[in-house]
Formats: sequence, C-alpha cells, structure tokens
Amino acid sequence: MLALIPLLPFGGFLVNAFLGKRLPKSVSGGLATLMMVLSFAIALMQVLALAGMPAESRQINQTLFTWLTAGDFSLDLALRLDALSAVMILVVTGIGSLIHLYSTSYMHEETDAEFARFFSYLNLFCFFMLMLVLGANFLVMFVGWEGVGLCSYLLIGYYYEKKSASDAANKAFIVNRVGDFAFILGTLLTVVTFNSLDFNTIAMAVKAMPEEAAFGTLSLITLLLFIGATGKSAQIPLYVWLPDAMEGPTPVSALIHAATMVTAGVYMIGRNAMLFEHAPMTLHIVAIIGAATALFAGTIGLVQNDIKRVLAYSTVSQLGYMFLAMGVGAYGAGIFHLYTHAFFKACLFLGSGAVIHALHGEQDIRNMGGLKKYIPVTYWTFVIASVAIAGVPLLSGFFSKDEILFETFLEGHQVLWGIGILTSLLTATYMFRLVHLTFHGEERFHGAPAGAETAAAGAHHAAHGHDAHAHDTHHDHGHGHGKPHDAPWPMAAALIVLAVGSIVAGYVNIPHALGGHAGLHEWLTPVFNVTNCGEVSTTGELAGMMLEPCTPVEERNPEEHAGLELTLMLVSSLIAIAGIGLATYLWLKHREIPARLAAQYPGVHRLLLNKYYVDEVYDATIVQPIKVVSTEGLWRGFDVKVVDGAVNGAGYLVSGFSIVLRLLQNGSVKTYAASIFAGAVAVLAYYLWR
Amino acid sequence: MPLGHYLVLSGLLFAIGTAGVFLRRNLITLLLSVEIMLNAVNLAFVAFGRVQGTVDGQIITFFVMTVAAAEAAVGLALVIALFRHRESLNPEAFTSLKW
Repeated sequence: MLALIPLLPFGGFLVNAFLGKRLPKSVSGGLATLMMVLSFAIALMQVLALAGMPAESRQINQTLFTWLTAGDFSLDLALRLDALSAVMILVVTGIGSLIHLYSTSYMHEETDAEFARFFSYLNLFCFFMLMLVLGANFLVMFVGWEGVGLCSYLLIGYYYEKKSASDAANKAFIVNRVGDFAFILGTLLTVVTFNSLDFNTIAMAVKAMPEEAAFGTLSLITLLLFIGATGKSAQIPLYVWLPDAMEGPTPVSALIHAATMVTAGVYMIGRNAMLFEHAPMTLHIVAIIGAATALFAGTIGLVQNDIKRVLAYSTVSQLGYMFLAMGVGAYGAGIFHLYTHAFFKACLFLGSGAVIHALHGEQDIRNMGGLKKYIPVTYWTFVIASVAIAGVPLLSGFFSKDEILFETFLEGHQVLWGIGILTSLLTATYMFRLVHLTFHGEERFHGAPAGAETAAAGAHHAAHGHDAHAHDTHHDHGHGHGKPHDAPWPMAAALIVLAVGSIVAGYVNIPHALGGHAGLHEWLTPVFNVTNCGEVSTTGELAGMMLEPCTPVEERNPEEHAGLELTLMLVSSLIAIAGIGLATYLWLKHREIPARLAAQYPGVHRLLLNKYYVDEVYDATIVQPIKVVSTEGLWRGFDVKVVDGAVNGAGYLVSGFSIVLRLLQNGSVKTYAASIFAGAVAVLAYYLWR
Repeated sequence: MPLGHYLVLSGLLFAIGTAGVFLRRNLITLLLSVEIMLNAVNLAFVAFGRVQGTVDGQIITFFVMTVAAAEAAVGLALVIALFRHRESLNPEAFTSLKW
C-alpha cells in the first residue's frame, strides 16, 4: 500500500512520457493531476492508519525486495512511514496536487506534446520526492535525492531553446553535483562505520555512542551529509543555483524550488537527528550557516526587481531558518517551519505566476503596480501569504518562525537569535515591498492607462521581459491587451486553498505558552527523541554506566519559559509589523526615499543588486580556473600529449615492427614450403634429441 | 619382411617427394611430388598396421587417398587457372601475393 504512493505518480509519468504526444491536454494534464490526488488520498489513509497506532511504535514498513547483498552487508529497497515522513508525504502530495491543478491552466498555451512533457516531468519529480521521504535507508533516499535533482534540471531547462534557461539548468545540476558528492562520501562513511544504511539501525547504533566532544567520525559523516544538504537546500556556499532556477515555469518554482525539493536537506537532517545530535560541532556549523544564509539572502531579496527572484531569495532565507532550527536541536520547529513554509511560499509563487500570466510574461516589478483592482483573487491570496511569511500573529508563519527563534534563544544562541530577528524584519520588509510594487501604487505595466511612466515601462518591458513564455502568444487569443485578467478557476482554486492553508496550517502546533498543546511536536516526539537519557551503555568501557541522567524534555517547556516565550513572541510580532510598516512607508508612501538611499550609498546598492558578486567570485575562483586547467592541462596537455600520444605510439610501434616482419611474406610458394618443412624437421628434431 | 625395410622405402620415397617439391620448377611436377610424399606416408601406415595386426593403418590410408584425389583435382584446376593467367607454370612467376 505504501509503495502505491510513489508509484501512482510514476505511472502518470510513464503514460505521459510515452503516449503524451498523442493525448489531448485535458487527458495528459488531468491524468497527472488525478494521479497526484489519488496519491494524496492514499497518503492520507496511511497517515491516519499511522495515527491509530500507539505513539512509540508508529511505523509502517514495506520491503519491496532485497536490493543487494555483499558479504554480511545487505540492503533492501524498503519504504518506511513514520511521524516525520508522514508530514513530508502529506506536504508533497497535497501541495503537489494543487500545483498540478494550477499547472493545467497555467501551461495551457503549450502544444500537446510540450504540455505532456511538462506533466511527465512533474509526475516523475513527485515520484522521486516521495521515494526520498519514504526511503528507509540512505540508498533509497539517495535515489530520490538524485532523481529530484534530475527533474529539477529538466524542469528548469523546460524552455530549453532559451539559452538562459538551459544555462540555469546546467548551473543547478552542476552545483548540486558538488553537494551530492559530499553526500555520497557521507553515505559511504556511514557504511564503513555502521555496516548498515538503514536509518533505524544507524540511530540505534549511534544512541549507544557518547557525544563527540572533538571532531571525529560522526562529525565527519554529519558534516559531509550537511554539505550535501547545502547543495540541495540552497544554503551558503551552494545556494547560487536557486535564484537562477527561476528560469523554469512558475509552477515548477512553486513545487520544486520552494515547497518540496529544497526542503530535502532539512528533512535529511531531521531523519538523522540522532546522528547529528551526537556531533555537536556539526550542529553548530549547521546553525551558523543557516542563520548566515537567512540574513544574507534576505538582504539580497530587498533590492531585486524580478518578482520571482525576490521570492527565490526569500526561499533561500527561509530555508536558512529551517537549518538554524535544526542546528540548535529544535528539529520539530524546523519541520514545522518546513510545513508552514510549503503553504505560503507555494501560494506566493503561484500568485506571482498568476501576475505574470495576467501581464503576459512580465516579471519586472518596476513594470507592475496597481494590479489590485484587476486581479483581486491573486491580490488577496498573495497578501495573505505575505502576511503569513512576514510572521504577523495568528497566521502560520508566525507560529513556526517564533518557535525557531524561541528555541534558538533558549539554547543559548543569542547572537543567532539576533540574526533571526533581523532577518524577520527583512522578510517582512521585502515581502511588502513586493506587494506594494506589484499591486499598489500607480499602474506602470505595459498597456496601463496613459501615464508618464508608460513609455518607460514599455522600454523596460523590451529589456526585461525575459520569460520567453508561451504567454507571449496570449495577444492573439482575444484576452484583450490592456486589462490584466485574473486567474482562471484552476489557478484561483489552488491559490485560495493555499491561502487558507497559510492561515490555518499553524494551528496544528499552537505552543504551550499560548494555551495550545503543540500537537505537531507531540506527533514528532518519537522520531526526535534523541537524547540518550537513561540509556545504559552495553558496549566498550562505558558498559553498564548510564550515559546521561534524565532531564525529561517535557518539563522544560510548559510553565517555566512561558513568560520568556511570550516576550519573544511579542518582540518578533512587533518586528514583523514594523517591517510591514517600513515597507509601506518606503515603497508606497514615499517612493522617492529608496531611490535617494540607493543614490546615497551606490556601493551598497550595487553590491546588493549584484547579489554580493558571489556568482562573479565563483566564476573567477572556481569556474575559470577549472576551465583553464581543463583546456590547457587536461585537454591540450594530458589528452593530446599523453592519451593520444599513447595511442599513436602503440600504432607506430606496431608498424615499425611490421616493416621488418613483413619481409617474411614474400609471395614465393617455395619459401613457404621450405618454412613448413624446416618447422616440421625442427619439431621432429626436438622430440628425437631432447 | 621386417618393418625396417618398409620404413626405409617409405623414408626414401618421402625424401624423393620433398626434393621434387624444392627442386623442380613446374607446378604439375610439384603436385606429383606431393603425391609421392603422401604415398610414402601411406606406405608407412600400412606397414605399421600389418605389424600390429589391425586394419587401422589401411583405413587411414583410404582417407589419405580420398583427400589426395580431392587435392589433385583442386590443385590441377588451380594450375590451369594460373597458366591461363601468366602463360607459365613456374611457381616463381606467382609471387605477387605479398605484403
């Protein structure tokens, strides 16, 4: 039953991949969406079955077959559903279904074959993503891990005839390779250390080990795995591919590059919480990288002008929050933020898609403005999601973000907490800058009612209309040119469901301080119960000793810190509202101030606008040296001189010998006969006189 | 008659055939010489067979004769074809099949 969850989308992929060209759009798109909905239904049933079990034994295992055996090491293709993967499959199939539904309308301008290609990739992605989260061991997870990378590549490069899209796809794939390489090394080191790849077995083995005070094997394993996570989840230093990934169609950005795939790294750390918990040094690095990424990406997001790029940097920033949570040991909070983020970020991306759709491919927010009255559904859903991500009280983002910040503070990382709060301010500010520039203020879009800026906007349109989107053909479809039109029903439905989700998703985990009972935490406790408190070691010199005295986790939470938690909540709520206010002041009421600031500090502005020149630095320090080494060293040096030299040398050697040897073949039958005779005599002589 | 006599005769015939193959310059004579060599071997087989009291030597001889007949047929056909080509039967005239 468990296997059906990933296999249904895989079936959809097969049909669309092989028959898609001959199917009308309604069939190929409908089939893909149906498969996802069915998968969601089965996932829901399985999770309900899981919830019916006693908390300590909440696991559903399914072994499909033994994959490989080598000596005493064997590995199954096994799936496992537990509290953590339950959250993930619901997010993947649920949000995935909505995005499939949205795509049936968004991609409608494509030809039948292209449309089916899109949906086959999308279904394949869901298959791999579900394998990733359901895999019971590292190898199955790795298959999913690589598979989603492949689908990400295919979908970023969906408009492959466009140079920038195929470049972005290559960039994503290559940058991910770097991380994946570290992930493979980490996996191999796991096999060497534990002689197993099964998550449960590893967790049990780790549980009996003491925490690593110095840098040891566990730290190395976790560090390598984390480097893998920085690639997939776009953290410093491997985040550079994600903003470029926005070249893909917008639903792809929503599904893969916001809601699901990029959270794989966070999930992976959660899956191996026991391992990471025993390597405090790595955890510390995770926390610092997470906080740094959150702030870094937030500052870039503040000045970008492409609607999708702002959201992309926002995604990077929010992923940084999740890693911060993982790093301070607040695994539940990290997963909680992953889950709420999936709703509001998917909603924001789909909303941006609806805006781009309405404006026939325009992505530059300088050429938008005043869209509120033309596309009300998009507007309201976008605003709700923005409020949620900003962390305004009582929406989903508030609960999850607050919890991360609270846990960070409580674990004694006040500096990281400060960075988190600052990022929170930035988040609120850049999101509402986006809202104001897109939906409020004067109308600056192409074909807007006559205004002074229209001509300028038109010029921008030519320069920046870089989504070579099928929507360009919109003009011929009688949609009218001047008035932007709101999203058609499948898009609107997805937006509304996600907006509602952005509001209510947080209520599954109301903190104790607000009188809730932290339901999600309770649900995840069996997975994240990582302290080896009360465990009696059975191995080594510690045998018989209690590893750690018990300090029950539950006691810490309810009353003792409620005051602190409430205070911190108040602070971050005020920060969020301040951020929104600041954005309103700067980009709605006094639009000249940002321009003046930019003019006043041109260096800072240029630095931010050019994303801290990280791409350029990478190009100069990594890409160009590799190119030089490859061209001059490996190609002209090694390949031409050594490889070709060896091949040609072998040829010359043979022909040199043959100049002498071929003299034997002189064509004279008598000589041959004499040779045969001489040979026969020699053989006879040998036997007679030996 | 002791076995030695037969073997000496067989060896002599074989030597004569070999000498013919090396010394004569006519392809037909060459073929005849090869036949003499084959028959020398046949003689040895039959002699051994008689000494051992079995028919094995004679059976092999029949095989050799069959093969020799086939060889002579093919060989003569080749000789005719070669002669039409070069107007010569000297084996030294046919050395273009080299390198």
